[in-house]
Amino acid sequence: MPDNQTHSPDLTAGIDETEHPTKVIARDVCVSYDGKQALNSVSIDVPDRSVTAFIGPSGCGKSTFLRCLNRMNDTIEGARVTGSLKIDGTEVNDRSIDPVVLRASVGMVFQKPNPFPKSIYDNVAYGPRIHGLALSRSELDAIVEKSLRKAGLWEEVADRLSDPGTSLSGGQQQRLVIARAIAINPEVILMDEPCSALDPIATAKIEELIDELRENYCIIIVTHSMQQAARVSQKTAFFHMGTLVEFGATEEIFTNPRDPRTQDYITGRFG
Amino acid sequence: MALSKTAHIVTAYGEELDQLGDDLARMGGLVETQLETALSAIVRRDASVVPGVRQREKQVNAMQDEIEKRVLRLFALRQPLATDLRMTISALKIASDLERVGDLAKNIAYRAEDLSEYAPLSLTDQVDRLGAIVIKQLHEVLDALSSADVEPAIRVWRTDDEVDERYNTLVREMLMSMTEDPGLVEPGVHILFVAKNLERIGDHATNVAEAVHFMVTAGPLEVDDAKP
Repeated sequence: MPDNQTHSPDLTAGIDETEHPTKVIARDVCVSYDGKQALNSVSIDVPDRSVTAFIGPSGCGKSTFLRCLNRMNDTIEGARVTGSLKIDGTEVNDRSIDPVVLRASVGMVFQKPNPFPKSIYDNVAYGPRIHGLALSRSELDAIVEKSLRKAGLWEEVADRLSDPGTSLSGGQQQRLVIARAIAINPEVILMDEPCSALDPIATAKIEELIDELRENYCIIIVTHSMQQAARVSQKTAFFHMGTLVEFGATEEIFTNPRDPRTQDYITGRFG
Repeated sequence: MALSKTAHIVTAYGEELDQLGDDLARMGGLVETQLETALSAIVRRDASVVPGVRQREKQVNAMQDEIEKRVLRLFALRQPLATDLRMTISALKIASDLERVGDLAKNIAYRAEDLSEYAPLSLTDQVDRLGAIVIKQLHEVLDALSSADVEPAIRVWRTDDEVDERYNTLVREMLMSMTEDPGLVEPGVHILFVAKNLERIGDHATNVAEAVHFMVTAGPLEVDDAKP
């Protein structure tokens, strides 16, 4: 029987020397909305070129923490973020950091696919255009094709790039959104329940895509599906009531969690 | 064999896990009866128990099938995790070991039929002692399983060396007796098979001990744990 003492999360849990270097370093990150504490002193090291899953019950703070990574909490009135959050050594919350530039390197994929009301081509070309990543139409074409290929969508849309993005199926739209995110060479891709609006086949395609993308990106995924976290991630962090309870290798978390709260949550025993 | 103090949110899931534990306990009890009956048949030279043993053997096999079905259903429909995952996978392994114990006990009982045709052998006492240790092993490991307690499991694991020693001594002495008196060869061979089967049952009991240890701790039973 696992003991009942509380385990403070080991920041470098399960990380050995042979693994990818740390991409994101959070120290004592706290978030409050209008004085109400939503995230309580979260410290975590997220490795590069791997998938880290955030799990936990609704309101546990996992999405709040995710939103800190590209400063989306800035847009919320009354939100206050403290602590240190570094991506590649750069302090995200530094005043000199332009959130728009930050969000180019920290892409976000939401629960509901949100393509722009533009053509498939323009959805992907939009970012590279405004960030000046392509000098010519042919360069832009190349970026669009490469991004759609990386997102596993090219074969399905190559002959209808001028169709509206919204004409695609839900799963295709989600892959389009991922293509849009990777078109501007992000460092980190955040995914907030990217499959919760998709059927199992579309979900499998996204999961396959996530597995391919991890070779090049640091991916953090928030998911309510324990099985999805187990399938796609190498590291799993369990949040509960605004704190990071446990962080470790996904296999360990799902076979032998240390903290009784993690144990109760993943086995469906949460009170 | 509750590994968590908290109940499942989905009651039916919790009940299915409980049923799996109950089935294992019942199968364990049945197998214990088989072994006790078989050993007493050897010691008392009483072959009358054989039909009952044969009947229970069918029940043991049916219970193993039932447990395998339950485990399959749990994996397919519930996708157990953490302690539930470890319990489910351990149940599968333990049921397989218990089935082997049942089968070996049945073989021992069958030898009682053969042995009843010969005069009593002095070495039967040693078989009885070996059997008593193995019965205790099986009893303790089933206790460890039902209480999800690693201590008795480790004790059982540790006893394996003693079983092996006693078995080897018995074989040596039996061989000597058979060399001295060729008339003892036929009953002696039966006794050797009985002893071998008991030693194998001891091995299965230690397998169960390892499974219980894994179920409770998620780690393997190492030599260090077994040190007194």
